Amino acid sequence: MSPQLAVFFVLAALSVLGAVSLIFQKHPIHSALSLIVVMVSLAGLYLLLGAEFVAAVQIIVYGGAIMVLFVFVIMLLNAGAEEHTNISKMAGVAGIPLTVALAGFIAAAIARSNETVQAAAQTGAVASTKGISNMLFKDFVYPFELTSFLILVAILGAIVLAQRENE
Amino acid sequence: MSLLAANATLIITVVKIALLLFIVLTVNAYLTWFERKVVAHIQSRWGPHRVGPHGLLQPLADGVKFLFKEDPTPAGVDKFVYFLAPLLSLALALTAIAVIPFGPEPLHLFGRDIYLGIADLNIGILALFAITALGVYGIALAGWSSNSKYPLMGGLRSSAQMISYELSLTMSVVGVLLMAGTFSLREIIDAQKSSLGFLGWNVLSGPFPQILGFLCFFISAVAETNRAPFDLPEAESELVAGFHTEYASFKFAMFFIAEYTSMITVSCLCSILFFGGWLSPFPATSAWAWTHYLPSVILLPFGFWVIWDGIRYETIFGRVILPAIGTAIAVMGAAFVLRPAVNEFIQGPFWLLSKIFFFLFAYVWIRGTLPRLRYDQLMNVGWKLLLPVSIANVILTAGAMLVRGAR
Repeated sequence: MSPQLAVFFVLAALSVLGAVSLIFQKHPIHSALSLIVVMVSLAGLYLLLGAEFVAAVQIIVYGGAIMVLFVFVIMLLNAGAEEHTNISKMAGVAGIPLTVALAGFIAAAIARSNETVQAAAQTGAVASTKGISNMLFKDFVYPFELTSFLILVAILGAIVLAQRENE
Repeated sequence: MSLLAANATLIITVVKIALLLFIVLTVNAYLTWFERKVVAHIQSRWGPHRVGPHGLLQPLADGVKFLFKEDPTPAGVDKFVYFLAPLLSLALALTAIAVIPFGPEPLHLFGRDIYLGIADLNIGILALFAITALGVYGIALAGWSSNSKYPLMGGLRSSAQMISYELSLTMSVVGVLLMAGTFSLREIIDAQKSSLGFLGWNVLSGPFPQILGFLCFFISAVAETNRAPFDLPEAESELVAGFHTEYASFKFAMFFIAEYTSMITVSCLCSILFFGGWLSPFPATSAWAWTHYLPSVILLPFGFWVIWDGIRYETIFGRVILPAIGTAIAVMGAAFVLRPAVNEFIQGPFWLLSKIFFFLFAYVWIRGTLPRLRYDQLMNVGWKLLLPVSIANVILTAGAMLVRGAR
């Protein structure tokens, strides 16, 4: 087994374990911490594929900014341990078969695909910082700017809603 | 033997990590001594001076105290997170320093080129920001898991502060990145090379001098490392000791070491990004060749002074160890004069370390001079002053590069 494959299995196992623990943890902070584990091990997988820029941004944006906000809000609300309601029990009953079905579909799709999956297939030019910036600011500049405009609108909307409550 | 040769890169890296860890932890210990001494002199006091000559053994005494103090775990804490938080803080702070390159030339040992620095990443600065971004968790989780009011308030304050200042910290570097066109710290330094010495550094040169960027970066970095005057998370008059109130003994020491290691990382970054890293401030012409002997000019007299100072004491540490250290320093100084190759090799690390030392001094200097900000002032400075200025810096730099061409 090559070192890269070993690292892949460690990171993959970590991300799956983190995702499972995210669901089964009783306390929101523990769930948030599990999600951070998932984010960081995903970043490790990107790094393994040679997409170092995406890996760093994954940690900065998801692992850092977004999850800090999650943790911050949980701390601020001082949320306690999870409580089970009737609906959450129903979600458990319906959710487990659906999860199994989804996993089955994905496994079937992977098993039926004839192409061999190539690790690090399109790295280098496309995944490098230069490649990504070329795509964002040249090839797809209008969709990109439109998306940022949408996010700006969403932020302004949030501020307006928060201000209305104050008055 | 073949096993050694096959894994040489791995072994060298592990040795480098162990060595850097040892150096960083020692520097950390003596940084506390240095800080107490400098702050004391700013306030017309003597500072530590009982434990060993000039209080030089004080860090050792503190370390022993940290190790042997009772380590109670408060009732009702979230055990796992409570233990995780200091570990996370320390591990992330120490990881960050692995990205820093400490010298331009590799060391030729055992027929191999050994670079000074552990990981020379092509996304160096991004990796550093990624590590800094995760650093918030150590403090926030410590505050939350302690099951106590003051730490929770301290943790909340600290996460709010770090989120706010991370923005201007990152934005203020963009100017430098635009001018260098790379994320690699080594290439950022190389881009600042010029025949004019310090006039080529990012802070003074380029299409648009990065003086604004540097000021924003340094202020945000001081806030990011929770140091005075931005040490609100541990404002003792309001919050006892903030997020680490409930931590004792070595777990407290871990937060402490993490904070001082972050100070070192920030000082490294300031010198690398804005002050030319290992580049000499003097022009690279033959008229200025004498500046290559500056390390010796500093080390030789300093070594002799340490010897002379040591023998005045009556203790073993003063009579034996201090003169021994002095002799070692003087021999080092003499070796640099006598061996030109060694002297050339030492130039880069010498200038980088001098700049790092200056910024560490600036850290302590600011702490000894400025009073702590109020919380609303802190938020105003971050969002209404630093963020707009750093964004303006990005726009001005980009505009200047369009008009005057890249460098």
